Order: sequence, then C-alpha cells, then structure tokens
Amino acid sequence: MDLLDKQIIRIMQDEFPLVKEPYKEFAKKLNISEQELLNRLRIYKEEGKIRKMGAVLRHVEAGFRANALCAWVVPVDKLDEIAQKLAQCPSISHCYDRNTTPDWPYNIYTMIHAHTRQECEVIAEKLAKENNLQQYTMLYSVKEWKKTSMRYFDEAEDE
Amino acid sequence: MLTNFDKSLLNIIQRNLPISERPFLELAKILETTEDHVIERLRYLKEHGYIRRIGPFFDSGKLEYKGTLVALKVKEGYMQQVAEFINRYPGATHNYEREGEYNLWFTLLTHSEEKRKQILDEIKAQEGVEKLMNLVSNKKYKINVQFKLK
Repeated sequence: MDLLDKQIIRIMQDEFPLVKEPYKEFAKKLNISEQELLNRLRIYKEEGKIRKMGAVLRHVEAGFRANALCAWVVPVDKLDEIAQKLAQCPSISHCYDRNTTPDWPYNIYTMIHAHTRQECEVIAEKLAKENNLQQYTMLYSVKEWKKTSMRYFDEAEDE
Repeated sequence: MLTNFDKSLLNIIQRNLPISERPFLELAKILETTEDHVIERLRYLKEHGYIRRIGPFFDSGKLEYKGTLVALKVKEGYMQQVAEFINRYPGATHNYEREGEYNLWFTLLTHSEEKRKQILDEIKAQEGVEKLMNLVSNKKYKINVQFKLK
C-alpha cells in the first residue's frame, strides 16, 4: 500500500456525504480525480481490504435490543465444521475462534442479536441442540462504555 | 417510525452501496424511486440514529492490524475508572460491561503485537484490575452485521 492508499482509507472513514456525487467530494479532499478514487476503491473491494461498502445500523434503534456475546466450548476436532455452521445462522453477526485459558474453556465466540433476551436464549438453545454442544455461556451487556468504528491509519493512534 | 420504503432501503444499503459516480441513483432504480428521495430518506435515517455509519468497512487483518478480545475482572467500585482508562486507546473500539466473573470486555486493534502487549501491561497495572484474559483469534468465520427489517 502506498501513501495515497493510506490517505484514501483515512479520509473514507469520515462522514459519507449524502449528496448525488459523494465520491467526488472525497476525491476533492484528496486532491485526486474521482475516477482514480473509484478505481482504487474497487480494487480494495476486490482484494477484500474493504469487506463491505454500505451502511451499518444502530441495532437497538432498529429494534434489536438484546445482544449477547455467546461463548461456546466446541470439541477441538470439530472446531472448523461447527464454527462454520454457527456462522450460517442469520442471527449471528460475528463468529471467531479464540484461545482458551486455564479457567476459561470457551473456544468459539458468537454475537447473537434478537429483539428480546428470551429470543436470544431460544436461538442459543437451538444452536446447542443442532450442534450437540453442552457447554456455553451467554454474556449479556450491562453497559456500553464505548462503541466506535476503528479509525485506520489515524494519527491519534500512534500517540 | 420506519416506513416500508425505509426498511427496503435499509435492507439494500446494508448489503451494498455502489462504488460509482451516482450510487444513490443506482439504489433509486432498484427501489423504483428518485435519487432525491433516496438521499432525503438516508439523511432522515442518519439524523434519527437508525444508521450508525455509511461508507467502507475495512478488514482489519488485510490492513495489517492485529485484533484481540480482552476480558477483565474488575473489582467493585473501579468499573468506571477502568472502563474510561481503556476508552482512551483509539484501538479499543468496543468496550462492554457484562454479567459474570469477567465483567469488562473490550476489543483491541493494534499495528503490532508489541504495541498490544504494551497496552495490555498498562491496563493490567491499573488499580482494580484483578484478572485479564487476552483471547486471541486465529480465524474469523463471520463478520457481517446485517439486520433484516421486515
């Protein structure tokens, strides 16, 4: 990635202008042509650097009030297979494997989103049954202390 | 309140915003309406807090950032000061107090493992932090925050 790539990524994290030609405004700020910007963005998308171009909702406002971090104990020999199955569930937004610690045996982490806590429980129970998983824990949030999008290549980061 | 049009618009724009000269015109064609109407509704949805962010969402790994999930056991009475200490790091993007023995969970993105270690050491040294687990991931199976609105 060259310097311009980093500048593009930095600027594109600013507020997206809701006007007819939004990319033209970003291009102006970057002092490059709109075509150059569009070409580079398309390349990032192809390469997977941009995993999604679009909108993310505030899920509470959109009616998804119950959000649980659900951690699972999955047999190591079935980790890949079961993680992929869990990832297919539409109520799950994130699915990661993670290392364990002596007092913490959970090795797969999923975020479950639903309208109510009870709905979260039903989803988890169903997934447990389908995948023959006995041990899991639902970690409900009590308070959101921070939720932001990462500012990649931001100056403040290196301070 | 969301109209049926808003819901259709949100369902589409959560999946894909075109990378082209007139992205909202393209959405308008799919939704059989005008570009102005799409823009007007998006402004409303943004202002009223339904949309958190529009734009590119980057893959942290592909930009060569390293991420982890960290769980802390924070002693009673220290939660706010520990949470605020963590929030000062730009790479700490999500920080939630949760039920259970480990009661504070945050995600951390850094350029290097050295930087991560340095930050975790600083957090571990905070008064009130009794335990810290660094839960590193090898593989992401899914990251796709989309809500189907009916």
